[in-house]
Amino acid sequence: MIDRFLEMASVMWRNRVRTALTSLSVAWGIFMLVLLLGFGKGLENNVVHEFRDDATNSIWLYPGKTTRPYDGYPVGRRLMFTNRDYDALSQGIEGIDHITGRFYPNDSLVRWKDREATFEVRATHPDHRFLENTIVARGRFLNDRDLDEKRKVAVLGREVVRQVFRDVDPIGEWISVSGVMFQVVGVFEDTGGTDEESMVYLPITTAQAAYAGGERVNRIMFTVGDASVDRTETMAEQTLQMLARRHHFDPQDRRAMRVRNNVEQFAQVQQIFTLIGGFVWIVGLGTVAAGIVGVSNIMLVSVKERTSEIGLRKALGATPTSIVSMILMEALLLTGVSGYGGLVAGVLALEAVRRFVPENDYLRDPDVDLSVALAATALLVVAGAVAGLVPALQAASVNPIEALRNE
Amino acid sequence: MIRLSKINKYYQVGGRPLHVLKDLDLEVATGDLVAIMGSSGSGKSTLLNILGILDAYDEGEYWLGDTLVKGLSERKAANYRNRFLGFVFQSFHLLPFKNAVENVALPLYYQGVSRARRNALALDYLDRVGLKDWAEHLPNEMSGGQKQRVAVARALVSQPRLILADEPTGALDSKTSAEIMELLKDVNRDGITVVIVTHESDVAAECNRTVRLVDGRFEARA
Repeated sequence: MIDRFLEMASVMWRNRVRTALTSLSVAWGIFMLVLLLGFGKGLENNVVHEFRDDATNSIWLYPGKTTRPYDGYPVGRRLMFTNRDYDALSQGIEGIDHITGRFYPNDSLVRWKDREATFEVRATHPDHRFLENTIVARGRFLNDRDLDEKRKVAVLGREVVRQVFRDVDPIGEWISVSGVMFQVVGVFEDTGGTDEESMVYLPITTAQAAYAGGERVNRIMFTVGDASVDRTETMAEQTLQMLARRHHFDPQDRRAMRVRNNVEQFAQVQQIFTLIGGFVWIVGLGTVAAGIVGVSNIMLVSVKERTSEIGLRKALGATPTSIVSMILMEALLLTGVSGYGGLVAGVLALEAVRRFVPENDYLRDPDVDLSVALAATALLVVAGAVAGLVPALQAASVNPIEALRNE
Repeated sequence: MIRLSKINKYYQVGGRPLHVLKDLDLEVATGDLVAIMGSSGSGKSTLLNILGILDAYDEGEYWLGDTLVKGLSERKAANYRNRFLGFVFQSFHLLPFKNAVENVALPLYYQGVSRARRNALALDYLDRVGLKDWAEHLPNEMSGGQKQRVAVARALVSQPRLILADEPTGALDSKTSAEIMELLKDVNRDGITVVIVTHESDVAAECNRTVRLVDGRFEARA
């Protein structure tokens, strides 16, 4: 085996320029394949990351304006949720895991001592943190007693703390939110990033009372556990029917009530990336195929050039099998080594992209996983065999008489 | 050693069979040194290829020792060439990227002899042809005579029954030719049968006997 390897290495070293150039074409093919796969993965990671802000297993309800007359009511009616909708949904829809309403007070000036800044204020139920993937960093989130007793407590995003409190520990401090005093009970982080951490959370009941909200709720959203896409579609439809009954609008009126099913959307995005993944493989394999044709071509030339050598080997007792395996092994070695080189180069390039390209909205952590690397390696072995096959058969058919005829 | 009886060989030329070898009978005893002469087109190359198991014949029988060489698979033919025959060519046919000792060792590679052992054996045979000091040299660093000596060593290394030499002196000057002939006669004196195809009568004169091929038949001895 080592013997055979040395035999091949000497042949390839003899044609080192050609060997190098041919290797380059294969290495390039694999390099591009890895790069494409990595970037595809990066795109996918980015989109998945975008989804990480909100729970992917959630359904969001946005009331709008009616565009169809229904049940004696005119068009152009603005719909609004109330606390009773929240109660009705949480009791009436089967399969809800966590549910929350959200009420937006009009004004949102946050002041502490002499510092003030404007932030988005969301008045919610305690379950809200499961919908926005809110992570409580210090203190606690809102709880049921806050709502029951209409406590004046607030949970601040990290960015709010950074801007208003700077180095001071905000827990226990009193802040003014649009002129109403609240005590800070917690600080949160959010997987959605800085924007999502520039928020103030208040108990919905307290905020409704404090900001003259009455019973109003701007939107309602809930999670569905690990329900299937089909199941969530049923749930979304039930929800729509229930709300249509309660608010007297046509369930077909899409403008009246928007139902956003994240489960369905996430499934669609995943489908798109499966498609993109397939496409990337096709393009990548095409590039590799070009490299393989190159190898096959160059091996054919090499066999032609070495006709007299092959003839001599046959005269000295080389069997057709040994000639075929010699050429095949050469092709395998060529594609194997250069392809592996391309693989390593591709992985290094992705690593460089990850390290040196700043965070952006398109790519996130471009990467290839082990199974891809293994698939590429298997591909190389097959490719090498394919590339070597035609030249090898050509070599085996060399006629020693012709080959050794005196020049 | 060699017994040919009623060997016929045809080539298809333009759809018509060309009768190249016609009812050839030949016996070469073990340890003999025979020259085959003939002008170009006489069929001597074809005969050499048949003797060298590089080509098949259409009719007759070819016995090499006690082995009938007929209708062999490529694999079997390769095996026989490797074990029974040693070749010496006019243009040497050394592999240019291998040094002398590696060239000599090549037939042993196809016998599956280990690298160390075949290089040692090859060195012995290089010594025998007087080129031990040139073992590490590449063919293009050697003279024509030296290259042919390497080729003879390569033909000998597998301890064949028969050496087939195709115009072994064709590319050499007369002084070097004489040296190579001396070497082949040396080899022959050790008991190895040698068949030389040549068109040079002074080469033929060095052999024990000469057969002449004319138009695919052996000419009656003059």
